[in-house]
Amino acid sequence: MSAHEISMSRPSVGEAGATGDWRNEYPVVAAETCVAAKQGKITCQICWAHCPDACIAQGMPPVIDLTYCKGCGICAEVCPHHAIEMRPEAAHGVCAPAEGGVK
Amino acid sequence: MTTKVITGNEAAATAAKLARVQVIAAYPITPQSPVVETLSAWVESGELPAEFVTVESEHSALTVCITASTVGARVFTATSANGLAYMNEQVWWAAGARLPIVMCIANRAMAAPWNVLNDQQDSMSERDAGWIQLYCRDNQEILDTTIQAYRIAERLNVPVMVCYDGFLLSHTVMPVDVPSAEEIDAFLPPRTAPLQLVDANDPRNIGPVTLADPRADADGVVRPGYMEFRALHHGALLEALDVIPEVDAEYGAAVGRSWGGLTWEYQLADADVALVAAGSLTTQLTLAVEALRAEGVKVGVLGIRAYRPFPAAELRARLAGKQLAVVFDKALSYGYEGPIAGDLKAALFTAENSPVVFGCVCGIGGRDVSPENLADAARRAIADLDSGLRDRTPDWINLRPEGGAR
Repeated sequence: MSAHEISMSRPSVGEAGATGDWRNEYPVVAAETCVAAKQGKITCQICWAHCPDACIAQGMPPVIDLTYCKGCGICAEVCPHHAIEMRPEAAHGVCAPAEGGVK
Repeated sequence: MTTKVITGNEAAATAAKLARVQVIAAYPITPQSPVVETLSAWVESGELPAEFVTVESEHSALTVCITASTVGARVFTATSANGLAYMNEQVWWAAGARLPIVMCIANRAMAAPWNVLNDQQDSMSERDAGWIQLYCRDNQEILDTTIQAYRIAERLNVPVMVCYDGFLLSHTVMPVDVPSAEEIDAFLPPRTAPLQLVDANDPRNIGPVTLADPRADADGVVRPGYMEFRALHHGALLEALDVIPEVDAEYGAAVGRSWGGLTWEYQLADADVALVAAGSLTTQLTLAVEALRAEGVKVGVLGIRAYRPFPAAELRARLAGKQLAVVFDKALSYGYEGPIAGDLKAALFTAENSPVVFGCVCGIGGRDVSPENLADAARRAIADLDSGLRDRTPDWINLRPEGGAR
């Protein structure tokens, strides 16, 4: 550590570590209900637009990166077709600890 | 160098100009207002090529300083009392983000009840925010210390408050030697690249959520946790115990005047009793010393220039062998005692050969305190010591609970 180091981060994937291990519930997308999946084109994508951690990729259906998803459930709340279900995690600590051995 | 007869506020403004500050943001509050009124006139006339940002509050004033300092500008602001309290959130941010901001505080009592007069409760209450705090005894020291503050701040990446008593110094004129621009340019070169370089092609979040533990960033580099950053910050304040005297000595070499670094003394060497204070009270205490010495009482003054970092080792050394230290605080930690008294007792707790410490509270909300009042308080303290007391509650100088308007 430099004596003059300050706290900074870069806007990049994984900057705050593998935050998926913060999760109590995980989202599951039901392709048979998702409008984009049913129509076979990139439409709706409301969940993608609302994810505060930018861990949903656009798709048919959109794909949620569970390494970083904190399980906030906003995607499930905003989905107009209720295509996303939040399910309890079986156990906490679903991701490997961050480099540096701290967890 | 030229000599001008100016107020403490004008001395502070003059120092900011000599430091070639690039951004000034402030909100008016008595008794600080003339500092930034003076600076805004100089900016408007073109005498000072700086950006003067008008804001709607002190919180915004310091926020402008934080953002300008983050991108590398040398910045200045000034405030007092409730203005400082309104800044409080950003006071902590400026320190934690390690920004070399210099802020003058024209010390004033805190409301309620409303009062615009002098005491030191405002800045003393910011003691733990992670800023360096320097207290000035006269207008010359305000000018010199404000210039020194930039050099200290930029060397350590720690903000500095330059504190001086409202009205007693802020609005009182005295002769002040004003160094030439060439002298100060040589002493204080332009600020070097900041820690927080902002590059649109390599963006950064500054001061993001930083959790308890160190963590690996996206590149796998382990970054400190919150506690590590706080330990680094504390280390910088401790380093200031060396840097403040060094800069004061360098200023002495460049300009021909220095102020004792962390602390200074007057007739203390052979004294049995030390009168301890910060700010303009110390000038009055030198007069009390003369009165007491005329009676054969061996007293001296121990002036505190740096209150944070607290110069514990230097105070222990200067007070070794003394019988009594009488501390005069213009502030109070309600429910305990004066802040300097409490800190000094802690500093002396394990020291060999250390004096008894008695506290006094004076000058609260502008209550007048004369050198004779201070000498009387010293006489009472000596009598208390002679009666066998080793601790006592603060002596409230000139408190008139029975009223008795003059």
